[in-house]
Amino acid sequence: MLEHILRRMGFGASPAELAAWAGVPIDTVIDRLLNYESFSTDHDSKIGLPEYVGITTQSGQPFSANTLINDARQRWLFRMIHSQRPLEEKMALFWHNHFATAYSKLAGAVGQERATRLMDNDPNSLAGSEPGQIQKLRQFGTGSFPTLLMNMARDPAMVYWLDSQLNTRARPQENFGREIMELFSMGIGNYTEQDVYAAARVFTGFNWQIVGDRASTTTSFYSFIYRPADHDPTAKEFTFAIYPNGGKVIPARAAANGEQDAADLVFALATHPATARRLATRLYKFFVNETSDPDQTLINAMSTAYLGSNYNIKSMLRTLFLSPQFRDPANFFQRYSWPTEYVVKAIKETGWSGFSVGTALTPMLNMGQSLYEPPDVNGWELGPGWISTSSMLQRMNFASTLAANQRFNLARDAQPYRQTPERVLEYMLARFRTMGYTTGQTASLSEYLRSTAWTGTDAQLQQRVPGLAHLIMGSGEYQFN
Amino acid sequence: MNFSRRQFVKGGVTAFTFGFAAPQMLCDIAFAQGVPSRNLVVVYLSGGNDSLSTVIPYRDPFYASRRPTLAVPAGNVLQIGTDSSNIELGLHPRLTGLKSIFDAGRLAIVQRTGYANQSRSHFTGFDIWGTASTTNTSGTGWLGRYLDLLQPPIDPLVAWNTVRETPRPLMARTVGVPAITSPATYAFSSPNAGAEATFERTAQTRISSHIPVDRPHLAFVNSTTQAALSTLDRVATVNTYQPTLTYPNNGFAQALRAVAGAMNKQIGTKVFWVQTGGFDTHANQGANAGAYVNLMATLGDGLKAFYDDLSAQGMLNNTVVLVYSEFGRRISENGSAGTDHGAGANMMMLGGLVRGGIYGTAPNLNMDPSNPTLENNNGDVKWETDFRGVYAKILDSWLGTNSVTVLGADYRAGAPNVL
Repeated sequence: MLEHILRRMGFGASPAELAAWAGVPIDTVIDRLLNYESFSTDHDSKIGLPEYVGITTQSGQPFSANTLINDARQRWLFRMIHSQRPLEEKMALFWHNHFATAYSKLAGAVGQERATRLMDNDPNSLAGSEPGQIQKLRQFGTGSFPTLLMNMARDPAMVYWLDSQLNTRARPQENFGREIMELFSMGIGNYTEQDVYAAARVFTGFNWQIVGDRASTTTSFYSFIYRPADHDPTAKEFTFAIYPNGGKVIPARAAANGEQDAADLVFALATHPATARRLATRLYKFFVNETSDPDQTLINAMSTAYLGSNYNIKSMLRTLFLSPQFRDPANFFQRYSWPTEYVVKAIKETGWSGFSVGTALTPMLNMGQSLYEPPDVNGWELGPGWISTSSMLQRMNFASTLAANQRFNLARDAQPYRQTPERVLEYMLARFRTMGYTTGQTASLSEYLRSTAWTGTDAQLQQRVPGLAHLIMGSGEYQFN
Repeated sequence: MNFSRRQFVKGGVTAFTFGFAAPQMLCDIAFAQGVPSRNLVVVYLSGGNDSLSTVIPYRDPFYASRRPTLAVPAGNVLQIGTDSSNIELGLHPRLTGLKSIFDAGRLAIVQRTGYANQSRSHFTGFDIWGTASTTNTSGTGWLGRYLDLLQPPIDPLVAWNTVRETPRPLMARTVGVPAITSPATYAFSSPNAGAEATFERTAQTRISSHIPVDRPHLAFVNSTTQAALSTLDRVATVNTYQPTLTYPNNGFAQALRAVAGAMNKQIGTKVFWVQTGGFDTHANQGANAGAYVNLMATLGDGLKAFYDDLSAQGMLNNTVVLVYSEFGRRISENGSAGTDHGAGANMMMLGGLVRGGIYGTAPNLNMDPSNPTLENNNGDVKWETDFRGVYAKILDSWLGTNSVTVLGADYRAGAPNVL
């Protein structure tokens, strides 16, 4: 149970973390993970310290997670492994898939340094700079959804990603207006093409601007700006209610006040019952079970909690995490691990002494999930979509790289059990958490350890124990979360 | 979209696990199924191709006025003659490779393909084209259903997907399609070397043979691993293929190079899936310079290299390439020098036995409300040929199956006579 909670509300647990949580009542564990606000945010200060997972700097340059995307990727993986607030990172990952924005389009427009800031800038890194998109997802990811949605509409990375800066009253452009309804809120089936055209006009005037010395790629950055001259001030009519009185028309208003159009529409979308159910369903699949039909009782309870709490995301999460469904063993390992979850859990369970998360970046790309680079605005293809012959080989091969890197640590940890292969196997299966093997599979793993006569010598442990770790992490039973 | 995919696995995995051939039988099957066999290469242009910029009605009096910055000047297009409605057409200037295939009579252009009430969503649109259904877009794909009809046991390499995710069109009930993004990295590594590595591969193969029918998702993952392990060695042979010409150095062309290698090594694959992206050109489309020119360069140069390579190998008559996208784009350009999501678009086919030429009629871009070739207040191109007619032609006349069974309805009447 404890391991399940830590895996779902975070990214799993190292043997030391599991030991530290042991004996804490489950309700307390959930409460601490959910109400993480009082926990330290000092994780980044640990980057580079010897007892933590390593990072790899690029060709002589200092580590610069705010301006180099591969460093940002490493910083995020570091946080997933070591943050005292794992749910904050887990929700950021959830919303990254929901508001899927890809770095490469930004980098093509503004270069790698400013594009990296757009994706995940830490505002403390540069005076006056605003948080990057992912940092906003951390900041608003468990708060008010209308606030989060408006922050995304005004996020300069999102502005450029969905072409809002080109959406003007002379020629409205539908990209953002369509996706905010289809993907970010209500979902398809709740609006018409005419609503798309109207929504496009609502967001006319949204733009981005460069701030600071534009000649310096490392000290200038982009922020949101509203340009009234580009805004369409005429009325916009929708097929669904925009206002509590049922009104479907956003009234004509002076361009100077045109941002209110967006505020009205965003609030209407965020508070629509279809949005409540869609968010509840997506969260359910992310945290409870994605292999069978969602439990409508819990979806209803989550929707009700959302609608009754001023559209608060944490209210939904609290309902979810305190539900019997969340703790039901029938729901354990009923999600496909995303490549990010797979990699982080594998590192936490294998160990990281002398391992750099930089090693994981190319494998993650090949498994189908490069952070900050979703394939399109619809996010990643989840569930079985992660699994193909190619991606399975990539997962197995990352497990091989990691196990080889930790060869001596793994072998040393297994020394107390060296008398028989069965004891070594028992130890390893307790350390690497899977949905469980059949007796036949367990026998096959024992047989592997006995591929040649068992001696239990250090030399043999140094081959077979990392070999066994590789087999377990590469097995189908380990791909579930 | 994702939910429906899970439903698909849940419902389909039982059959899926029994359809697989044991690894030792694979080579026998490849031979028994008769190599070199006919194959289909599907090229998907991801994002919604602006096909009015691919095949251009450059004399249409409204073309330039509706596309003030995007219109390609009449003098620059690669003229390919007129269609049956006497509309003069030209290929995009960067499609010189496709022009030469057209001139050789081996490129067919089917104009205004689509379906009624066309979706403007990338995702729904892709699934409609993939399932060949406008009502049930969460089921198996049309190519998957073709694979399901093949006589078992099925070689896991009967189809070959060059992207990471299995696309909707290849989703089958009983056949798992391998994703082989690059033959070079399609390998099994180990923390150990020599005999120790072999022990691991043997053990991984054993534990992945656990295919529980009552746990379809685990069965799906383990079957996938089995398919990977059982195809590694044959895929490795493809990596040794050395074409006599140089393919462009981009993902699309390199994927086509691998496809040609698989044909050369007589793997026996019947269906290949290749895609290239970047077609969602809402902004700065750059029909005359920039983004769209690059898209056309990637597409045209890649296909030309592939065509020439197959020609040199004597494989051209065994191959049909089908090119399509999920929708065309809005006729009038938007304020961003780009185009928004539209409707009807062109499909293209090429191959040694393809009857080249121009099929169907081009849209008339006139804003007249009575214009029958447009829809959506004359904003979009209205479909004329149901895309499933083209599928039907391929299924019946090329893959030798029954299109009515695969497509669930008879679309043969509207099929262009491209094969």
